[in-house]
Amino acid sequence: MTTLKQTPLNAAHRAMGAKMVDFGGWDMPVNYGSQIDEHHQVRRDCGMFDVSHMRVVDMKGEGVRAFLRYLLANNADKLTTPGKALYSTMLRPDGGVIDDLIIYFMNETWFRIVVNAGTADKDIAWMKEQAASHAPNLTITPREDLAMIAIQGPNARAKVWEAMPGSEELSRNLVPFSAVEMGEMFIARTGYTGEDGFEIMIPVKAAPFFWASLAEKGVKPIGLGARDTLRLEAGMNLYGQDMDETVNPLESGLAWTVDLKSERNFIGKAALLAHPPTRKLAGLLLTDRGVLRGHQKVHTTHGEGEITSGSFSPTLEKSIALARVPSGVAVGDMVQVSVRDKMLNAQVVKYPFARNGKGLI
Amino acid sequence: MSNPENLKYTASHEWVRTEADGTVSIGITQHAQELLGDMVFVEAPAVGRHLDAREECAVVESVKAAADVYAPVAGTVTEANSELDGSPESINQDPYAAWMFKMKPDNPGDVSALMDAAAYQTFVDSEAH
Repeated sequence: MTTLKQTPLNAAHRAMGAKMVDFGGWDMPVNYGSQIDEHHQVRRDCGMFDVSHMRVVDMKGEGVRAFLRYLLANNADKLTTPGKALYSTMLRPDGGVIDDLIIYFMNETWFRIVVNAGTADKDIAWMKEQAASHAPNLTITPREDLAMIAIQGPNARAKVWEAMPGSEELSRNLVPFSAVEMGEMFIARTGYTGEDGFEIMIPVKAAPFFWASLAEKGVKPIGLGARDTLRLEAGMNLYGQDMDETVNPLESGLAWTVDLKSERNFIGKAALLAHPPTRKLAGLLLTDRGVLRGHQKVHTTHGEGEITSGSFSPTLEKSIALARVPSGVAVGDMVQVSVRDKMLNAQVVKYPFARNGKGLI
Repeated sequence: MSNPENLKYTASHEWVRTEADGTVSIGITQHAQELLGDMVFVEAPAVGRHLDAREECAVVESVKAAADVYAPVAGTVTEANSELDGSPESINQDPYAAWMFKMKPDNPGDVSALMDAAAYQTFVDSEAH
């Protein structure tokens, strides 16, 4: 048996009564009691998540922007203001998704990148391999000295300002999807819940104190269970479920993150242009009773598809899903989903399903 | 919450209560609901259906996962608890009150052969290690 990796907040989770699970090799809290209560807590007030398993990577040196223009499907040239963030996929030459990530433009010799936990080692190896031939002078540094805490919900920012003296002045005017440094910390107005809030990077040694300070101000801890239902309601993809190396971003609801208009070349571009998508990601709302789950077959008049992420939506009190279906399937269509020995009816809907405290369906 | 002494238990984490009319009520145990978390959907077997012992016959789904429920003994389904359709969370709140369905056992002696509370607790403890 391999030992699970622990974040600096492991002891704090246990002290708060977390139910811990093996999450891709990390010992992480799935909930601290009721997942549904935690979900509502974030939509209605605010909560905090330990996301220290995600990896921060600093890319530094002359020409870092030009390298990212080539490395990523979204265009780093969209970032002109220091602190501004951009969501992108990183593709294989055949268009398959290696990972999805966020890049922050700090200055012309420094971009900060946040990648998924389960893909971090593979991502960094890929970045280094590409840099070796295209930008050998760049340094690529995984920041395992940084922990990350997400505070999300309508009251999240105010709670952070209460818990962290001096943070309000620096971050009050931070526009969504941008970040600012505060000493050794890094405050980003980003998240994975469809709510306002911050993701804060903080030195590992200071993380337990910050977590405790937030708890003292009444911020409730939220497990990875609620993180998944929040992101699904918000219509945000999960790497490994909604896309992976076998599909391209155009078939994964991520066309908006792929810049095919500019003349720049990037890894995967030729493959995307050569193979127009025949499938797409669609939102499903179950109209029968039951719960949609990943890998269930979807039957449409245009052919078969498959659910990539499915769950019960605590906000809508119905089951919802993302499904990869033939491109001809349209919003409003009724489809059937194989659930055990039954065929259940679901409607194709526009997603996100819920954001900013409200259901959108 | 401890497991009530007056119930019988299965290795698939159902509890079984013998009623005055000779039927048995079936639900899932405290341990099972704890593992599954917040319940959001319950599907009981059809009334009149005959079940073999250990046959898959019902489903409970939490936010997290779906789990099958098995017939503890052979018999015929006599009633389903339709109240759970609208409030599956009662299984989390009071698993030993939230019965899912009732059945008339083919052989009442089968029920007494199931685990008692102490044996079930030993079984749960052994599964955890």
